[in-house]
Amino acid sequence: MASEAVYSHRDPMLKKRDDFEDILEERRNSSDLRYALKCYTPVLYKGLTPCKVSELKQMVLQSDQLGYVITQVSKEKGMTTDEVTGEAAAILEEMAQRLQLSTVRFFAFTLSKVFKTLFRSICVNEEGLQRLQQAIHNHPVVLLPSHRSYMDFLLMSYILYTYDLALPVIAAGMDFMGMKVVGEMLRMSGAFFIRRSFGGDKLYWAVFSEYVKIMLKNGYAPVEFFLEGTRSRTAKSLTPKLGLLNIVMDPFLKGEVFDISLVPVSISYERTLEEALYARELLGVPKPKESTSGLFKARKILSEDYGSIHVYFGQPVSVRSLAESRVNRSQFNLIPRHIPTRPSEEILSFVNDSAYRLVRAQEENMVLKPWVLLAFVLLQKQAAEDKQGTALDELTEQAVWLRDLSRHYGAFLHWPDHIPPSEVVSSSLSLHRGLVRISEGRVQLALEQVGGQQVPGETRSAITPEEELLNQAVVILSCVSYRNQALNIFIRPALLASAIHTAASNRKQEIYNGFSFLRNMFSNEFILCPGATVQDFEEACYLLVKTGALQINQQEVLITERGHRTLAFLTSVLDPFLQGYQVVCRFLCEEDCLTEKQFIPAVRKFIIKHLLTGRLRYIEVLSSDLQKNALAALIRLGAVQKIKGGEEQGTLKLNKVMLNSLEDTLGKK
Amino acid sequence: MCHTFPALTSDRSSRICSLLYKHGSSMASNSSGSDSSDRQRIAQQRLSVIAGHLQRPVEGNSGILAAECKAQGDKLDVSSERRTVPRRRQEIMKWNGWGYSDSKFLYNKKGQAEFTGKRYRLSGMIIPGLREWMESTFGANLQHKTPAAPILNSSAVQPPTLNEAFLKELKSTGIPFSHDAEDRVFRSHGHCLHEIFALREGKIGRVPDLVVWPNCHNDVVKIVELACKHNVCLMPYGGGTSVSSALECPPEETRSIVSLDTSQMNRILWIDEKNLTAHVEAGIVGQDLERLLNESGYCTGHEPDSMEFSSLGGWVATRASGMKKNIYGNIEDLVVHIKMVTPQGVIEKSCQGPRMSTGPDVHHFIMGSEGTLGVVTEVTMKIRPMPEYQKYGSVVFPNFEMGVACLREVARQRCAPASIRLMDNEQFKFGHALKPQVSSIFTSFLDGLKKFYITKFKGFDPNRLCVATLLFEGDREKVLQHEKQVYDIAAKFGGLAAGEDNGQRGYMLTFVIAYLRDLGMDYYVIGESFETSVPWDRVLDICRNVKARIVRECKDKGVQFPPLSTCRVTQTYDAGACVYFYFAFNYRGLSDPVHVYEQVEHAAREEILANGGSLSHHHGVGKLRKEWMRETISSVGMGMLKSVKDYVDPNNIFGNRNLL
Repeated sequence: MASEAVYSHRDPMLKKRDDFEDILEERRNSSDLRYALKCYTPVLYKGLTPCKVSELKQMVLQSDQLGYVITQVSKEKGMTTDEVTGEAAAILEEMAQRLQLSTVRFFAFTLSKVFKTLFRSICVNEEGLQRLQQAIHNHPVVLLPSHRSYMDFLLMSYILYTYDLALPVIAAGMDFMGMKVVGEMLRMSGAFFIRRSFGGDKLYWAVFSEYVKIMLKNGYAPVEFFLEGTRSRTAKSLTPKLGLLNIVMDPFLKGEVFDISLVPVSISYERTLEEALYARELLGVPKPKESTSGLFKARKILSEDYGSIHVYFGQPVSVRSLAESRVNRSQFNLIPRHIPTRPSEEILSFVNDSAYRLVRAQEENMVLKPWVLLAFVLLQKQAAEDKQGTALDELTEQAVWLRDLSRHYGAFLHWPDHIPPSEVVSSSLSLHRGLVRISEGRVQLALEQVGGQQVPGETRSAITPEEELLNQAVVILSCVSYRNQALNIFIRPALLASAIHTAASNRKQEIYNGFSFLRNMFSNEFILCPGATVQDFEEACYLLVKTGALQINQQEVLITERGHRTLAFLTSVLDPFLQGYQVVCRFLCEEDCLTEKQFIPAVRKFIIKHLLTGRLRYIEVLSSDLQKNALAALIRLGAVQKIKGGEEQGTLKLNKVMLNSLEDTLGKK
Repeated sequence: MCHTFPALTSDRSSRICSLLYKHGSSMASNSSGSDSSDRQRIAQQRLSVIAGHLQRPVEGNSGILAAECKAQGDKLDVSSERRTVPRRRQEIMKWNGWGYSDSKFLYNKKGQAEFTGKRYRLSGMIIPGLREWMESTFGANLQHKTPAAPILNSSAVQPPTLNEAFLKELKSTGIPFSHDAEDRVFRSHGHCLHEIFALREGKIGRVPDLVVWPNCHNDVVKIVELACKHNVCLMPYGGGTSVSSALECPPEETRSIVSLDTSQMNRILWIDEKNLTAHVEAGIVGQDLERLLNESGYCTGHEPDSMEFSSLGGWVATRASGMKKNIYGNIEDLVVHIKMVTPQGVIEKSCQGPRMSTGPDVHHFIMGSEGTLGVVTEVTMKIRPMPEYQKYGSVVFPNFEMGVACLREVARQRCAPASIRLMDNEQFKFGHALKPQVSSIFTSFLDGLKKFYITKFKGFDPNRLCVATLLFEGDREKVLQHEKQVYDIAAKFGGLAAGEDNGQRGYMLTFVIAYLRDLGMDYYVIGESFETSVPWDRVLDICRNVKARIVRECKDKGVQFPPLSTCRVTQTYDAGACVYFYFAFNYRGLSDPVHVYEQVEHAAREEILANGGSLSHHHGVGKLRKEWMRETISSVGMGMLKSVKDYVDPNNIFGNRNLL
């Protein structure tokens, strides 16, 4: 079966990956203008019926699908069908892209300039692009890049233009529309805009889904969207959103196309442009509304060095092979296909599994920089309240140890092996000098410095302990966002290590139960495919046994002599999350009446109090992401109930007994 | 009127002929005098059309005489004596391929394709384009031959397991039977690829142990009684044209298997001109039925592609469909009354009312029962006066999508001609390759001009265009009017009229295409066709997806050459269409080509079902498609059929194990 490939016990170290090519190199050596004006003749879908943007809109408005919903809505609202059609046309107008080559050429020119200033290199796997070209020729293609930065979709189109590949149409959030000029520019480079929420709006949904499907089916252009729905502020992959994936799989499931290729793309930034911005946002400073002027303020960014970007175009995944022996397509035989129906449980679970699979495919091909490993070490030291920092050579030794471990676990680590490790470490540190302080050969996180970066008009002296804590937290969370990039490598072994740590005995069954509990607890936090507990457990066991950290027989799990260091490290990986979830439980136990809206500010206050009194070790638990995930998990597990509708809309009903017991279980050491 | 039947020579025929003449005039007396000459003209025309389809030699009329069936001796037998199917089929038919022994494709010494014999329009002609088409489509090569085993090796056939008690009693009835190896092998298969492939290799599996040839209904009653008494397995055999493994002997069957060959029950017992019905013995094959009815100025209009060999009983047992169903209907529309012999006795209705509300129609237990319940012995069928006028036609469309849209519109307006078929581009090219050598430069010049007009002037892409073939039937004026209506609709979808010749050739091909598979098999090419029915909105999707699935599966299964994967829409209905797929590939380099073939066909069927297509439009289920029956008709549906089987045939005397 297709999905087994993900869990196969093939050694992750042997994973074959393509080589990278730096596309900026050529830009540095030849004319950007000539590049922007180059002859562009991409390979197109073999079944393409060429059509103009305006024809596309007509096709949507005249489609049976939309026609059906228009009639339905006009009956419900007592409007004429013409009026409803007018509404639909307006929605489409607001949504539609207007891809034109001249705008793309403009972007090609300006982005060349910008990229060369910001980045040392933009590396892409050319073999992946060749595969993509083949895929575009054969089937409708959906591009699924990871989402860590606003740069992502500009970067994608830039690369595709560079390699003479068909330019995608991109699903973008409506928030961009706020930026007048830029919004229109993006539209002309292929972006189409969707409202963030339109839950009940049938007409909107119909226009939107039909628009996407028609572009996809006709092979008009590859459709690009972000599975994670939004930029991940933590650099951990987000739980995939299923709406759009559902829409793009539908034409295959209903037999309207022979197959659809899904291409996961992993974009990794050595330094994220939005680094500190994200940290502030997670700490409760709301994200500035996207505005054109705001973007210009970002110009000061231009003076900094953001290292390199790696873009890896993964193996195209055929929807047909995903669905094989999973989905019974004849379930669509009995209702006309243009009548919108709620997807069945079977389809939903299929789409969900596919989404997880694709996000994991993105994770697998994320390039990790040595700094990511340093972030692990520095954060663990910081949490251990090691005020002196780490000696450079010790840091190097630990990083090398982690390098080898992560490689065994299948990390796609870009560690330049021809350079002495100490130089690798120091060059990494220098790129991220905003986050670390080196004095007398000792390295630590630059927690005190942060206060220095004042905003004009604010006085230094007015700083409270609370503000100081938040300032430190900005650095910590920035650093955490790098560490998080490698979490997916360690998460399964880390869950196992924690389960072993808390288990009262060596019995495999007991450890499995612990593993299962933790996995279930954290399945909103990490990408853990639903229903794959056994596979995940086996994968974790396999990795730890392979690296000699564990010995496992029929009944027992034993830690080897050399395994203690690995297990200690892995346990500490999960520690901040355990503590975070625990404190959320504690908080909820002490609350009486709480609404969902009040939750984040209140829990933040509670955590700050505990951090300041030294009862909590991990400053990173201040991350609202962690708090939201914890709440979601508790709701899922039934410890908290969200009241829907009525007077008490949004009120959280707390199951104190369960919360208490969860807190205890999480805190069991 | 007799002079209008040049094919009939024997005295007996002349007598019957005059008899018919009387019938005709008595009818004519009700109407104007010109009718009888009209009728003559119609009959003449019709005969020439049939002769065009199936040109048969006039002499060599060696059909054996129907044995007297005492029970029915006093009934009026209106048919002439000439029979197409002898008891020993091997006298005129191939034992390991399709059709008549004298007709086949071959490459002559010059390397040109040629069709032998005298029976068909194509017979004796050179087909210059076929070789290149075979080479370029399949990568086939004349140097790489895979000849068939020339003669049937009787020693490869298992000795028969005979039920002596049954045999003894059978002998006493005087019904002819045989356990000759050739006779038995002939009735052990249909025309599925794997069946013919095995025969060509000289491989013979389980075959019937005995063949019996009942001459009439009462003979069948006796045989079924004896079979029940002695627990013998009966397998009815009609024309042997099954493509569903329906005639394969179940290997697990331990009883003696008796093949009940109905071919000698082939008389038209009466014609009722008042009600326009004919009562016919079920073993008659299509071409005989039409020919004999034509002699009386009638036809059934039921013309499945296999009509040369398939039998009336077979049509009923498989729910057959004919090419001209738009005018005449499918078998279920044509049948008025059925007599079937089952282990529980004879089932038939008490009257011939045109429609009844008497619970579920028991005919529908019989139609499609595929030989699992009993033997259909006699059928009353609707007949129609022969059409006055027939006209072929064809339309070229810029692409398949437009063609389907046009057919859909024709169906919407309910103005489909007798037959309308749409071939896709690959099949259009294939049809082109089968053009016989043209005799005059003028014709080839005209062809060139036509091609120029369509591709250059009208801008049709030769790799996308497709063609619909048409057949109109009826009185002359109406046909012309109808023709105009259809061409007007076609024009709305970019269709250009492309002449009668193209149309006629299209229909001629349906009769010779089965012969072509044997040629392919001589050169490493194997293939088959299969069909489905599907709602209109799914036609394009199913065509695209199934063809693509075939190509992909071939690639996955290691087929070295790109396969031929093509389709056509062969029937239109109010709510959907019948789609035919043709699939063939060059199997050089494969160790088990038949297995690969079967896997691909299996996948293609899965794809059909996933795309809203039916399990079968008219080929039936047999044993080949049994595995999908439950999901097709639901468990309750299966239970219903099962309970009928259990009641009618509790001891599984009719043990071919089809369907359920």
